[in-house]
Amino acid sequence: MAAIAQNAAEIRALIGKGRRWDTIFVALGIICLGIGLLTFATLFFDMAIDGWSRLNPEFFTQFPSRRAGQAGILSAWVGTTLVMLVTAFFAVPLGIGAGVYLEEYAPKHWITDIIEINITNLAGVPSIVYGLLALGLFVYAFGLGQSILTAGLTLALLILPIVIVATREAIRGIPGVIREGAYALGATRWQTVKDHIVPYSMPGILTGVIIGLSRAIGETAPIITIGALTFIAFLPPAPITDVAPYISFEWLTAPFTVMPIQMFNWTSRPEEAFQHNAAAAGFILVLMTLTMNGLAIWLRYRLRKHIKW
Amino acid sequence: MDSTTHATMLGSATLNAEPPVALNEPPPPLKAESRNLSFHYGNFQALKAVDLPVYEHKITALIGPSGCGKSTFLRCFNRMHDLYAGNRYDGQIVLQPDNTDLLAKDVDPIEVRMRIGMVFQKPNPFPKTIYENVAYGLRVRGVTRKNLLDEKVEDSLRSAALWEEVKNRMNEMGSNLSGGQQQRLCIARALATDPEILLFDEPTSALDPIATASIEELVSELKSKVTILIVTHNMQQAARVSDYTAYMYIGQVVEFGRTDALFFKPRKKETEDYITGRFG
Repeated sequence: MAAIAQNAAEIRALIGKGRRWDTIFVALGIICLGIGLLTFATLFFDMAIDGWSRLNPEFFTQFPSRRAGQAGILSAWVGTTLVMLVTAFFAVPLGIGAGVYLEEYAPKHWITDIIEINITNLAGVPSIVYGLLALGLFVYAFGLGQSILTAGLTLALLILPIVIVATREAIRGIPGVIREGAYALGATRWQTVKDHIVPYSMPGILTGVIIGLSRAIGETAPIITIGALTFIAFLPPAPITDVAPYISFEWLTAPFTVMPIQMFNWTSRPEEAFQHNAAAAGFILVLMTLTMNGLAIWLRYRLRKHIKW
Repeated sequence: MDSTTHATMLGSATLNAEPPVALNEPPPPLKAESRNLSFHYGNFQALKAVDLPVYEHKITALIGPSGCGKSTFLRCFNRMHDLYAGNRYDGQIVLQPDNTDLLAKDVDPIEVRMRIGMVFQKPNPFPKTIYENVAYGLRVRGVTRKNLLDEKVEDSLRSAALWEEVKNRMNEMGSNLSGGQQQRLCIARALATDPEILLFDEPTSALDPIATASIEELVSELKSKVTILIVTHNMQQAARVSDYTAYMYIGQVVEFGRTDALFFKPRKKETEDYITGRFG
């Protein structure tokens, strides 16, 4: 048993030993980070190289085709965009509403505890289960068909727990004294929620929403389960028409396809040329996800700049 | 407790006080009074039958060691405890002149908070502009007229001795101010709605000595406008700013009286031990 370090030399030796562990841990950390980043970078560049020949403007403006060289992702990216719009339209207000209710209004007892545990669990339910639920509920029971609306609602259900959890986390990040400050001025609960809780938790909520959407954008299983088509050579009806009332929601009921399904369809073809299409579509899909994540980071940065406690 | 008992209590407290104070001076008018006030956090009793008068346009300081219940007592006055489950009040806090029991079941805590303002331990400006911070209490009350808002914001900032420093920075975030300025901003925010009582919960414990001095000076000036109840664990601060002081220990008021009397000639041994630093 060594005595406690007494003189300068002993103290230095001790520090040296401690520092060695720092060095080892830094090395390990860099290796872990490298494995993650390199894997992703390899996949991404491999897709980019494979699909490079197909990445031209026509690829975005053409429908799928039997001839690989003429096939494009027009119906897929339009479908994905519209489905994401519907998903966000339903998931954002529902998720924020549920999160705010649970944090600010709900009494804290065993029923809310059970609800809380279940919401967290819902985030871990395999997406195909949501697909089956949607097939029974939206497609058959509600008769919404194999439409953009059904897909949007299904993915909204899928990301709802993510939005709720993000909302609650963001609300919990607001210091108690800020909330008390609002109440102390005579604000009602609703005024406190509307003027303080929701605005101050917006950066966190937005991050949750976008992370949820970037999960939804790549979902394939539930979309296939509800019966999305794999080969679509037309676009949904335009939302703006030339006859009154100039706005049409017919597109909601249109059949559709989305990016991952288009990709999946192409990878299952035997011809080499279609593999290039799939790689190009994958590259675009990853770019879309990265762009959304980038947007989340930027928004969070922008909004947080003004929120200091 | 009626006013006769106050007179007796104060009389005995000031009897041998030095410097001499008027012996037969009647107590000032009551603004509020806690009667037999007990408070529970779940099963823990934090206040035990507290009777305490709060005199109009006077500063009443609550002193005592950590955990003695002084903040708990203060937060009963604006029903802050209602925000959290499992808290229970017994007894009354009667607000004058209308004789309203602030703790009554049928009195809305929002109404109480509209009449009684609060300044917290740590400056807590909202992450909004300086202007919006001060205007918020008015907005809550449905004031939308721009001139009225402007006027009240300026008045409140002047009362809080902050106007000259921020008059050209109204659209900056409140959090850009220094700690002492932030606390004065919070005071302005509380003053904007003309509260009848202003509660201060250790308002200088997060501030440096210079900012502390300016807040103390401000608190002294404010008593012409508003009745003040201040919690402090700094005894010198209580001695400097307050007119009346209550020494609390384990949920009870050990001694209450004029500040000069309590500090120069405490009646109870426990009070003397605490203020002389032998305890606490």
